[in-house]
Amino acid sequence: MKKYLGVALTLAALVAALAAPWLTAHDPLRADFAAGLKPPGTPGHPLGTDQLGRDLLTRVLHGARLALFIGGCTVLVTALVGGLLGLVAGFVERWPSAVIMRIADVQLSFPFILLALTINVIVGLGLRNIILSLSAAGWVVYARVVRGEVLSVKQRDFVHAAAALGVGRTRLLFRHVLPNVAPSIIVVASLQFSQFIVAEAAISFLGFGVQPPTPAWGSMLSESRDFMYVAWWLGAFPGAALALTALGVNLLGDWLRDTLDPKLRV
Amino acid sequence: MRGYVLARLAQSLLVVLLSLTAVFGMMHLGGDPVLLFLPQDIQAKDVEEFRQRLGFNDPLLVQYGRFMAGALRGDFGQSLRYREDALGLVLGRLPATLLLAGTAIVLTLVVAVPVGVLTAVRRDTAVDHVGSIAAVLGQATPGFWLGLMLIYVFAVQLRWLPTGGMGTVRHLVMPAVVLAAFYAARVARLTRSATLDVLNEEFIKTARAKGLAESRVIAKHTLRNSAIPIVTLAGLEAGQLLGGAVVTETIFAWPGLGRLTVQALVNRDFPVVLAAVSFTSIVYTTMNLFVDLAYGWLDPRVRVRAS
Repeated sequence: MKKYLGVALTLAALVAALAAPWLTAHDPLRADFAAGLKPPGTPGHPLGTDQLGRDLLTRVLHGARLALFIGGCTVLVTALVGGLLGLVAGFVERWPSAVIMRIADVQLSFPFILLALTINVIVGLGLRNIILSLSAAGWVVYARVVRGEVLSVKQRDFVHAAAALGVGRTRLLFRHVLPNVAPSIIVVASLQFSQFIVAEAAISFLGFGVQPPTPAWGSMLSESRDFMYVAWWLGAFPGAALALTALGVNLLGDWLRDTLDPKLRV
Repeated sequence: MRGYVLARLAQSLLVVLLSLTAVFGMMHLGGDPVLLFLPQDIQAKDVEEFRQRLGFNDPLLVQYGRFMAGALRGDFGQSLRYREDALGLVLGRLPATLLLAGTAIVLTLVVAVPVGVLTAVRRDTAVDHVGSIAAVLGQATPGFWLGLMLIYVFAVQLRWLPTGGMGTVRHLVMPAVVLAAFYAARVARLTRSATLDVLNEEFIKTARAKGLAESRVIAKHTLRNSAIPIVTLAGLEAGQLLGGAVVTETIFAWPGLGRLTVQALVNRDFPVVLAAVSFTSIVYTTMNLFVDLAYGWLDPRVRVRAS
């Protein structure tokens, strides 16, 4: 049940993201003032239109593009950086471990969203900086989980055996330890993915992320506030798309954890 | 126990010092820190004068020493907008945030813990499914969207509650529910899994075999043992409420720390931003310290392992 719902919702978001331009005939940016604020069900506009007469369905579909792109990039960056640091911290122990784990403690002492927001405002707005600020705030989870896993994997007999056979440390780490911690990295990645999507939307909602008129769910929700009394659909649909995507990815992550690594607590 | 307390205390102190260092580092992320501290009405020709006056021409180490010395005394400079002590502004907003977060925590404990226990005890029944689905939904629903929808239903359509602001209990309802929703969902899931772990233990079988009433098995033998992970994780998660408050307070115009921070970011009032970020980090570290100490106190194995 979890599995099917998770896969279905995630796939739906993926299809929306990849095929957005072919799924609707409208341009997400072109305004048509005569058709402004039409309610859902209007012919040609199944989800209605916004204050500038832009088709809401088109904007929601294009929003999936941006959300999944930012979420995907951030997951890649954090998995690489955090995973690598976690590998090193768990494998080398001694001072690299202490240094990396203290940095992780410091990182965790700032609430995720606050840290990402502040970095974003200081380095300047823009797509690349959103990904970087989310990554800067998000790598810690991987580092911690991977370090813990490495600490236990490297005590296993096959690692000792490989070391006794004269396998070098680098090869030991990447050929023998890494494949055994990979499942945890995948589980963390899937659970983090939805967090990044929601965080990006929150940042855009607060006005520090993707800027209008680019169709991002967060900034669409932010704009919808001015029309709350006349057009409920402007807030309802982008938010529902965001929540369903997050739900789908979460369920997928839960299911992956149950199958790959039931003991993992993230 | 004493060794454990001292070690954790020293570690927390180190984290605080390093966090302040990180805040100092953040100032330099954008390249030129002086740009963060200019008054809003400044002209280009005066930038150099400000750089000199604010000490950004000094060697980095001197700047760092000055920042840390100031930060440790609680001096983050004056707000560029309000011309008041930055930390003073932050502390002034604290009671509102504490009221909101406190209400959210109480709401969570009253709702999430019973739901978690109930779904664990009635595992794989309709109660479990409904409760678990609600928890998963609560975790996936972004707080700011939930907030907007609540405002639409209860403030715009039904007119039962005010759209925002602070004053009466009615102002508190929606922000507290929104802030609690995500947190409560996490705690409910945690409670469920912690309770399930304990229910599988041998001593529960023994208690049942002795012929104890099921209510007693749950209340005395299960809850006491599952309380440790719940308390710890709930405590750690409570720190995230400070982050959640950033968004929630903004939606509901709740005059707390989170809204102040967002406004300061909008106005590029960086002394206030840095004061708020540093303060949040210190509060969070202190909370973690207390949770860890409570953990060590509740579970003797922890302090043995640590020392």
